[in-house]
Amino acid sequence: MTMSVKRKVLLYLLLTLTACIVFAPTFIALMMSFMTSQEIMTGQIIPSSLSFENYLEVFQRFPLMRYLLNSLVASLLIMLGQLIVASLSAYAFVFIDFKGRDLIFFIFIATMMVPFEASIIPNFHTIRDLNWINSYQGLAVPFFAMAFGTFLLRQNFKQIPKELKEASEIAGIGDFKFFLTVVLPVAKTSLLTLAVYGFLTSWNMYLWPLLATTDDRYRTVQFGLRQLQSQEQLNEWGIIMAGAIIVVIPTLILLFLGQKKLQQGLTEGALK
Amino acid sequence: MHPVELIGVSKSYDKAEAVLTDIDLSIEEGEFFVLVGPSGSGKSTLLRMIAGLESITSGTIRMNNKIVNHLPPKDRNLSMVFQNYALYPHLTVEQNILFGLRAKKVDKAEQQRRLKETAEMMGLTDLLTRKPKQLSGGQRQRVALARSVVSEAPLCLMDEPLSNLDAKLRAHMRIEIRRLQKKLGLTMIYVTHDQVEAMTMGDRIMVLNDGQIQQIGKPIELYNEPANLFVASFIGSPKMNMGQAMIDNQHLIIEDTVNLPLNVAEIPQVIKRKGITVGVRPEHLLYAKPEEANLFLEIINVEHLGHETLLTFEVGTQLWTAKWLGQWMLEVGQRVPLKLLTKHISFYDSQSGQLMQAPLNKSQLEVVAL
Repeated sequence: MTMSVKRKVLLYLLLTLTACIVFAPTFIALMMSFMTSQEIMTGQIIPSSLSFENYLEVFQRFPLMRYLLNSLVASLLIMLGQLIVASLSAYAFVFIDFKGRDLIFFIFIATMMVPFEASIIPNFHTIRDLNWINSYQGLAVPFFAMAFGTFLLRQNFKQIPKELKEASEIAGIGDFKFFLTVVLPVAKTSLLTLAVYGFLTSWNMYLWPLLATTDDRYRTVQFGLRQLQSQEQLNEWGIIMAGAIIVVIPTLILLFLGQKKLQQGLTEGALK
Repeated sequence: MHPVELIGVSKSYDKAEAVLTDIDLSIEEGEFFVLVGPSGSGKSTLLRMIAGLESITSGTIRMNNKIVNHLPPKDRNLSMVFQNYALYPHLTVEQNILFGLRAKKVDKAEQQRRLKETAEMMGLTDLLTRKPKQLSGGQRQRVALARSVVSEAPLCLMDEPLSNLDAKLRAHMRIEIRRLQKKLGLTMIYVTHDQVEAMTMGDRIMVLNDGQIQQIGKPIELYNEPANLFVASFIGSPKMNMGQAMIDNQHLIIEDTVNLPLNVAEIPQVIKRKGITVGVRPEHLLYAKPEEANLFLEIINVEHLGHETLLTFEVGTQLWTAKWLGQWMLEVGQRVPLKLLTKHISFYDSQSGQLMQAPLNKSQLEVVAL
């Protein structure tokens, strides 16, 4: 691509500026997590000395490990559940011919328009009646069926040539075996994308854990962070920030590992 | 007992348009049967119906005297090669070849024996650990063939397997497939849109157009006696020269420009005098000494193929081609003397398109039977 130097400079300046703006809160949080309360009050941005006291404090004062574990379990459950449900439904929408398939798919996709907040009350009722309040399944099951996952995988499965299915039919391979031995391995990238996406969104969930849990044993980290804030009259910002940084770390690791695949997977359906 | 028999088979989508109408066909054991037709003629649909991948709207399909209308593909004991080869991209060549056998729970030792034999036959022994992506088009094609051979199914269906290859490789694979089929004694049903492929490979050919059978027969029969105008123009390259004609007072007048004396008694089956379409093969438009010629035409194009020369003439609204052996140094615009014999002309009814009278003398290049 050819671009004049002037244009390039301008573009990069703008990019740098927006990057700074986007990254600033995270940077400030990281810096604050190393400061003492006094230092924070004086409004410094760069700490005078690195102290890890806030981090020790966070772990001592709150069951942060427990929260992290809960989040991990719930997120993994949601991730797996979404993968299974989405891949099976996407398979049906692509490879199995049934009457009204496209209509059902469009209705299915239309549910993407309904925000989760709108269905939160009925979901809560269901969970409560099942006695799933304060349980991992209560945290995870409502998120298993997501139209987005089905949509993403359907787009990907559609690129698998129909002849592969027909060749399998002639060889005498049933739907489920074809799904396991051909479709899943071929669509690996998209499955990975969906897994990362599902994990991240459930890790950052706040409203649902707040409703579905009343007991510290099942609380997740996002809720724990909120707890840090309200415990004291005067907020100890250093500790809160230390907590926030710890919570962000798993997300960052996942993003770094999966960045390339994630991009590939999300744009795959669009480019074609 | 026929390996495949179709009786009055029809297919339509959504109860509206008929894709195939009233197909009657029986295929002999060990035969190389070619389905040929232009795109959209329904030939692939017909093949997929035989395979069981597509349902049939009406009629009966029988295999070895058993009605198989509702039998799923896996129980029909056949193998199929697809146009895009349908290789599993995540599996190696070996796994691809063995995929079907594993599903059928064939004994491990037997699998290896067949794999070794097939790989050797197809020249794939060195490629077994590669993935399809790392293979060339010809190699992929051979893997697809190997997969079908290894299943040891007596009936093999092929859906335009050569159309993704370049011309040279295609010619080579034509021979290989043909040899393989003879060697293994397979009954083969082969779909193509390429009439050269059909002519060179088939024991018998069925020409299909608009979902209807045009003609079934041996390649030479189809070439010498095309049953209607469609087959006449479809089979043969360059295609048969056609022209509107009428018979007037012992003269045949073609396209209002060519006037040939004619003995009507020679063509007893032509009762009509008007609305006739005549067809002449390019090799029957012969060069003649000026005094023997009955036709003078102006050259509008010359194509040198080395061993033969193709000349194009304008006859009324039609372009006619002559194919002469050897190298003829002729110029565009030259008028050349030609000889056109009645015995080489086929006569069709313009309205129905059906053959009225085949060429009396089948071919200048006589059919030689050894």
